Amino acid sequence: MKLSNRTKVMEQGEMTLSERMYLPAIVGGMATTLKHFFSKPVTIRYPEQKRYLGPIFRGQHILKKDEEGAERCTACGLCAVACPAEAISMVAAERIPGEEKLYREEKYAKVYEVNMLRCIFCGLCEEACPKEAIFLRHDTMVPVFNSRDEVIYGKDKLVEKMDQRYLREGWK
Amino acid sequence: MDLLSDFFLAKATFIGIVFAITLGIAAYSTYFERKIAAFMQDRIGPDRAGPFGILQPLADAVKMFMKEDFIPANSNKWLFIAGPCLSMLTALMTSAVVPFGDTVTIGGVTFDLQGIDVNIGILWVFGIVSLGVYGILIGGWASNNKYSLLGAIRAASQNISYELAMGLAIIAILLFSGSLSTKAIVEGQQNGHWNIFYQPLGFIIFLICAFAECNRTPFDLPECETELIGGYHTEYSSMKLGFYLFAEYINMFISGAVMATLYFGGYDYPGIDFVTAQFGNNIAVFVGMGALIGKALLFVFVFMWVRWTLPRFRYDQLMGLGWATLIPLSMYNVVVTAFGILIGKPFTAGIVGVVLLIGGLLIHDQLFVKKKIA
Repeated sequence: MKLSNRTKVMEQGEMTLSERMYLPAIVGGMATTLKHFFSKPVTIRYPEQKRYLGPIFRGQHILKKDEEGAERCTACGLCAVACPAEAISMVAAERIPGEEKLYREEKYAKVYEVNMLRCIFCGLCEEACPKEAIFLRHDTMVPVFNSRDEVIYGKDKLVEKMDQRYLREGWK
Repeated sequence: MDLLSDFFLAKATFIGIVFAITLGIAAYSTYFERKIAAFMQDRIGPDRAGPFGILQPLADAVKMFMKEDFIPANSNKWLFIAGPCLSMLTALMTSAVVPFGDTVTIGGVTFDLQGIDVNIGILWVFGIVSLGVYGILIGGWASNNKYSLLGAIRAASQNISYELAMGLAIIAILLFSGSLSTKAIVEGQQNGHWNIFYQPLGFIIFLICAFAECNRTPFDLPECETELIGGYHTEYSSMKLGFYLFAEYINMFISGAVMATLYFGGYDYPGIDFVTAQFGNNIAVFVGMGALIGKALLFVFVFMWVRWTLPRFRYDQLMGLGWATLIPLSMYNVVVTAFGILIGKPFTAGIVGVVLLIGGLLIHDQLFVKKKIA
């Protein structure tokens, strides 16, 4: 008595005629390749065509602004603490009267730098941020850099532009 | 003398055209090989050089020329150079006897669309094809490299083995034509009496042998990265390597043309009488030339199609197939064909021959082969 009674005894006998001639198998194989010959290629021509990487892809960092165009970041430093690669550094400054349109909180980041050589795109800064200021955008990757001068991204590259706001699925 | 110079001029022009066509097709075969491989693997293939990548062969050629032309220190220098040259030479020489078309008359001068119509045409093809292995053998030997030598030895023994079956397959064709001249063989097949209908078995044997003679998959044992670090052209670089690879593609096209000549009626095509009546003889002949090249290109496609479908044979399987299967099979084919011609029914004999063979093998299977447990 066997456990399942589904055991198959496999024994390799001599090959039958059709197997020995190889020709039926060859014709079958060639039919398969011909079928693929006429099927659509799956290639994506990368620099020109880009694949949608999903709504949670972690690409280039962005410092969000609120609806009025004021920066959300308050330079609390939680992102820098959370960063396992120690890629983030910042210098805080106090908002002076008249700058309410520019910065939402009373304290803001005068300098905010991400070292793109150190960054591992883990998204922990995004999780740590209490002000929803920093995000890794899903639609843009950090471009290839050609020299070491380009690897540190300052606020000029990170802060969101009001004319091209970053929106994620599910956001208003 | 006037006639003579006209004759030579006509021949030289024609040979030049055939040369250009052959080389052009061979160059673009490299492109289409990559494209076909890509399509069969659901890819796109080369598409960067020019629209659809059609300038790719040019880019490849430039790359080949620009590479360092290296000759190993302990190699036999002259033979090392002679190897690829011989390969190229023999590849190109075969096309001399392929009849590309009937005669055309332009400006009162009659042209024969064939390099040379010799009465030993098909023997010439065989002679040159067997010479072709010298290119590989000399190259492999002159490299002074064990791997190259092993590759060359493989190529030589493979070509010799498969030439036998190939020759026996052709004997059945010669029984029909009664002549070795390729022109006579094609003329015997006009109006749809293509040899493929009378010689299905012979054609399959010839096709398999052609694969082996061209060193194409599944018989591409002479080139092999895993065992031989490349094979007979391990030491070759630059355009010498290019010549070897190029010669392979020329061989493919020429063997396609030879197969079309021997089995598919050469420059015959359906409706040739209609075209002749409507547009005159010259147009009909040139369409025939196109038909022959089309048939040859179809074979080139089959070569590539097989290459991207089948894995290669093991070397003992290769030898077993050549000596123990194809040669007896082609002998059987010769006997059946001869019998068919004797009784005056070659078509029936061809079919009955195949049926008898398969039937006999089936009976043998029933009696002697141990059944698999399903």
